[in-house]
Amino acid sequence: MSTLDTRPPALLGTSGQIFLAITLGVAVLVPALNLLLPPDSPFYIPTYVVSLLGKYLTYALLALSVDLIWGYVGILSLGHGAFFALGGYAMGMYLMRQIGTRGVYGDPVLPDFMVFLNWKELPWFWWGFDMFPYAALMVLFAPGVLALVFGWFAFRSRVTGVYLSIITQAMTFALLLAFFRNDMGFGGNNGLTDFKDILGFNIQSDGTRATLFALSALALAGGYVLCRFLVRSHFGKVLVAIRDAETRVRFTGYRAENYKLVAFVVSAMLAGIAGALYVPQVGIINPSEFSPANSIEIIVWVAVGGRGTLVGAALGAVLVNYAKTYFTSGLLAPYWLFMLGGLFVAVTLFLPKGIVGTFYEWREKRRPPPDEAAPPLAEPRPAE
Amino acid sequence: MSTTETLEPAPVDAIAKKDLTEALLYLDGVTVTFDGFRALNALSFTVDPGEMRAIIGPNGAGKTTMMDCITGKTRPDRGDVFFAGGTVDLTKLDETQICTLGIGRKFQKPTVFESHTVLDNLRLALKGQRSALPNIFRKETAEQRDRIDEIFETIKLTEHRGRLGGALSHGQKQWLEIGMLLAQDPKLLLVDEPVAGMTDAETAQTAELLREINANGHSVVVVEHDMTFVRDLGVRVMCLHEGSVLAEGTLDQVSANERVIEVYLGR
Amino acid sequence: MTTIARFRSFCCALAFLLSVASFCLPGADRAQAQDLSGPLGQIATDNYGNTEAALGELALSGSPAAAGIVSALADGNLVFSPSTRQVFIRNAAGALLDPVTLQPVADAPAVKPVRVNNRIRRAIEAANGALSLVSPDAAKRLDAAQAVGRSRDEAALPALETALAKETDPRVKTAMTLARASIVIAKEGITPAERIAAVELVGAEGNQDALAILRSVPDSAAPEVKQAAADAIAGIERNLAIWGAAQNVWYGVSLGSVLLLAAIGLAITFGVMGVINMAHGEMVMLGAYTTFVVQELIRTYNPALFDASLLIAIPVAFLFTGLIGVLIERTVIRFLYGRALETLLATWGISLIIQQAIRTAFGPTNREVGAPSWMSGTFDLGHLAITYGRLWIVIFAFLVFVALLGVLRLTRIGLEMRAVTQNRRMAASMGIRTNWVDAMTFGLGSGIAGIAGVALSQIDNVSPNLGQSYIIDSFLVVVFGGVGNLWGTLVGAMSLGIANKLLEPYAGAVLGKIALLVIVILFIQKRPRGLFALKGRAIES
Repeated sequence: MSTLDTRPPALLGTSGQIFLAITLGVAVLVPALNLLLPPDSPFYIPTYVVSLLGKYLTYALLALSVDLIWGYVGILSLGHGAFFALGGYAMGMYLMRQIGTRGVYGDPVLPDFMVFLNWKELPWFWWGFDMFPYAALMVLFAPGVLALVFGWFAFRSRVTGVYLSIITQAMTFALLLAFFRNDMGFGGNNGLTDFKDILGFNIQSDGTRATLFALSALALAGGYVLCRFLVRSHFGKVLVAIRDAETRVRFTGYRAENYKLVAFVVSAMLAGIAGALYVPQVGIINPSEFSPANSIEIIVWVAVGGRGTLVGAALGAVLVNYAKTYFTSGLLAPYWLFMLGGLFVAVTLFLPKGIVGTFYEWREKRRPPPDEAAPPLAEPRPAE
Repeated sequence: MSTTETLEPAPVDAIAKKDLTEALLYLDGVTVTFDGFRALNALSFTVDPGEMRAIIGPNGAGKTTMMDCITGKTRPDRGDVFFAGGTVDLTKLDETQICTLGIGRKFQKPTVFESHTVLDNLRLALKGQRSALPNIFRKETAEQRDRIDEIFETIKLTEHRGRLGGALSHGQKQWLEIGMLLAQDPKLLLVDEPVAGMTDAETAQTAELLREINANGHSVVVVEHDMTFVRDLGVRVMCLHEGSVLAEGTLDQVSANERVIEVYLGR
Repeated sequence: MTTIARFRSFCCALAFLLSVASFCLPGADRAQAQDLSGPLGQIATDNYGNTEAALGELALSGSPAAAGIVSALADGNLVFSPSTRQVFIRNAAGALLDPVTLQPVADAPAVKPVRVNNRIRRAIEAANGALSLVSPDAAKRLDAAQAVGRSRDEAALPALETALAKETDPRVKTAMTLARASIVIAKEGITPAERIAAVELVGAEGNQDALAILRSVPDSAAPEVKQAAADAIAGIERNLAIWGAAQNVWYGVSLGSVLLLAAIGLAITFGVMGVINMAHGEMVMLGAYTTFVVQELIRTYNPALFDASLLIAIPVAFLFTGLIGVLIERTVIRFLYGRALETLLATWGISLIIQQAIRTAFGPTNREVGAPSWMSGTFDLGHLAITYGRLWIVIFAFLVFVALLGVLRLTRIGLEMRAVTQNRRMAASMGIRTNWVDAMTFGLGSGIAGIAGVALSQIDNVSPNLGQSYIIDSFLVVVFGGVGNLWGTLVGAMSLGIANKLLEPYAGAVLGKIALLVIVILFIQKRPRGLFALKGRAIES
């Protein structure tokens, strides 16, 4: 009997180590190149690029959160953008309160849009958002509680597969409609914007931007380690078992709904953190973040990179969004949707395991005895 | 519909009451209909603690539906399903609760966790913590490791422990699933067609394995079509037909029954 | 609308005129004012004030000749001789006629037209109104009676009572009685019994106008009158609430039929093939654009056919989108069977491509699709207002539903589709070419989406985003109704449509929609397989 296969798989495999090294590397390097070099240096990274890269990193974290539940539990959420947006709104509300008297109407308490709507006092759900710790808590709580309530209903009654996908889509659509309403108190279709500073630092300044970037990279690295830790634990094995044979899991004595619920809530909170880091870097949050189309786009990032590989999800998010930036800013802009649409079709038809999944498969064939745990998704199966 | 209405639940007589307190599993007047089709028709039988019972019967006789009723997958329209001397009403519980009580089930189509290794399959099945949050930080104890090694010996899959569940042959999957049942350490094992797709040698080994499991104090209910296998088991046999018990006794008694020959065995 | 407005203004003028007239002629015996010499004499003075007063008298005269005189005045054909103070009507040939007998006058004196200013024009209009009450044309009398009833001016009461006394047509008489009651209700110095009779008369009308009239019972009225009015108001309000609910149900049925059209193709592809087609909305959109192109071609080459444009567009859209559907199935979807979530993603990609293709070809803005004449207009059914356009869409949706049911029940391909829905492997082993059935099913589903687009082009903006706005609702309908059962889709569409419209008055459009989404989400938790789910052991595995 060999001792090799009783040893739990390493927390970080080779690809995980590379991923962490790159993430932590850019966390230092990019801010350094931005802050320390003179603008005329060939290695200088302009601040707008820093923010753009920071945005990609928050998307990568969002993709990671989707991969945790799609890749490992088989829950295809078409509404994950809602959790991202809720985290973003929680951060946006803090940033709005920080504006104080510097708004157009100069009201010390009420944000401009409330003054404009003739509101006399702050609605209760805006209370406390002037304090950063409270807002930070809400970044986790708002998406977490929504996921808890939604998941509790959905998983307990065993809604699975495309049915689950469709009601997650309906959920984000309902939120989209709600946040468009002015009297919801979240700024209607303009959303929240014109932020001034965060924790006392000017939100436009190079230093703040570089710090936000570094934080995004750290959050991505942390999110990756957390997801890795979860999926290689006994808990994570149950998740994969649920993905492959949910009925068997129930007959083995596990409450599948509770496992799904924990994974769903953790995933929603990660998405919330991603949203909270996204908002100060792009400077605005509005209801369009809730649009079902946005949520489906996240899925294609994960599919491109490779479902059930974590690293692939992050990679896919960066690649697709880089392509989006590249194509939507030039002459090719009208063709971007053709590209994106084609990407959806091509990946599902020709690259069902995504870039990283296909790479793992290739490596597996070349080196029969793998020195790290086989990627959890040896054979991608539909979640149904 | 009207036939369902006129059907009286079988009277619980004195013998049945005695059975109830002594039986490990007690089914009485269990009826299940799917869109007018009566899958189970006032099915009644009991299984004693430590007993092994074979169930035969033609396709559509209600064998799998019976297992669904016991394991909480299907709720009976009427009738009682009790466990552990009548102390637990199984019709009020769901699959997970019933499993936790000590009823393990092997499905007709072998279902193992295909993208987990054989070892992880057993780890997942092993009796122990089932709650979500504690399992995030769970560490494997030496005791658990030993128990898994024991089971590997029993089901003879030790050398396959590193392979993926999905990569096993049909027969190996059957054994792995039985191994997973053992790992759960249930009081009662429900085994649905364990030797389908096996060679004769494997079939004989499986019968041996089940007898061994039974000898270790587990009650077993086996559903099987393979008469050689049933004979190898050498236990009480019950023949189901159209959702109720047609005959019960030793295999020789049952296979001599005219009705059983007519509807199932053939002449 | 405009006719009503015109009536209102004329009634105001009428009231003014009548009050002038009754002031000028306190003792005139109106019933027998056949002799028009008085007013004619006044007109002949060619003084605005006198002419106006004369018009009032003419209006109340009830004389058959009065209408001719008033209209001649309006047309500038009423002339008078300054010397003889005689009034004539000048006909088209220029001959002078006697205003009462309309006989040509033998020796015509020198004449000049009676002058008309704006004040007189208003008076003419009013006089015409009053004269309509005694017009020989019953329809005109009816209109006039209703107009007076709506104006509720006490001053019109004498003319109304005059007309009522002479009226013989029962319908007109009822209308006049009602008009009189409407006026009497709020009038001072009326006996309680008379007022109660009026209240009851108005109350029996049972509409919004009656409600307003009943609310005008003066505070000074006797308690029993007020009680009667309160009872009548309560009755009407109950009645109106029922009609209001019925109207909302109709709106709901109308919305439901739109949802049915949009969702039914989806139900087929999902039910038979297990394929979630996210590009279904785009098929609807393509159908709407097909309608647009067909109409453009008809406008260019044969405008006479315009009224038939939709009928022509239906088969064209069906074939076009059906063909696109078959193309998508053969090139993409057939490689993804059994992988529902992947199919969902791939078809979403296709939807993006189709949207962008249309945006490139037709531009991002709305395109105008015209309505044929038989689809415009409204009619009343009881207190329900029903537009022809909506009615046709409801009828059309049901026709499509019945046709589809027929295809599935009665044709070979329908039988094969049902076989594949129930057991794909069994069907394949019985020699059904499941490939071909899949392609045809997808084509059929897409084709129906296309004809849904033809219908939707009539009530929604034809833009590249048209499909997006229906896709989520369509999914909810299918999921709510249950897969594999067209009746489920029908019930699902109608219940969602009606629930939506019944919620709207309480919650507003957006909140109503949100509430509905939440309700459906909760419902799916309760019945994860929808309303009309297939049951049994096979379904679970």
